[in-house]
Amino acid sequence: MTVVYWIAYVLLGAGALLALVRLALGPSLLDRVVATDVLLVIISAGLAVYAGLARDPTVVPVLVVVSLLAFVGSVSVARYIGGMLIQSAGDGQDPGLPQAREADASRDAGEAGR
Amino acid sequence: MSGVHAALDVLAVLLLLAGAFLCLTAGLGLVRFPDVLTRMHAGTKPQVLGVLLIMIGAAIRLQGWSATWMLLLVAAFQMLTAPVSAHMISRVAYRRRHVRRDLLLVDELRTGMPPDEFHRGDEPADAPPEEPTVALAEAIRDESAPPGE
Repeated sequence: MTVVYWIAYVLLGAGALLALVRLALGPSLLDRVVATDVLLVIISAGLAVYAGLARDPTVVPVLVVVSLLAFVGSVSVARYIGGMLIQSAGDGQDPGLPQAREADASRDAGEAGR
Repeated sequence: MSGVHAALDVLAVLLLLAGAFLCLTAGLGLVRFPDVLTRMHAGTKPQVLGVLLIMIGAAIRLQGWSATWMLLLVAAFQMLTAPVSAHMISRVAYRRRHVRRDLLLVDELRTGMPPDEFHRGDEPADAPPEEPTVALAEAIRDESAPPGE
């Protein structure tokens, strides 16, 4: 049983460490959001593995909290980044994809320059 | 009876180890994959299948209905919330171009449009979504230059 403990915790710890590496490196904010999500999932998985292997049901309510927290955190950060994206003129219209706006702007600029 | 218990224990331990292995694969995928969408693809493995396996294993080991219901609740939450958060993150990732478009085979959001002129790869850290002045200058220069020469 000790062998099983070691194998499970080494696997989980290696996964959490690699997620931390991505959290530190991750070139964009969204990479960090994904890494944080995975890290929280690995933490809850570790708690559940502990609960299962030690037959200790006291950490089970923590699992509910952690899983809800991961969802709320990732969704709110994603919405925050999405709000950074929108730079509309205030008329409430969806500005669309940035590529489309940019292409329109460059076309307008090109026509004006001619 | 003890034989049944031993078999259940072996099954539970195997499920827990499989879930832990999926967590390791998620970490490896997060480090090795090139952009946000592929990293999400790797990270979703423990979010659904890994958590389900671990919850089943823990429920077998814990042998109590209260713990089982709570683990079932966690699994249901994961299966409800993982698609929602993945959808929101991937939508923002596409709009902010944290997508390696040169690695895509099919891009159904851009059918019939010309290839991306300004941004070809993954964007740098927490830069603004695009740099309109630079892109604009490049576009004007490209348009004023005679094509193909």
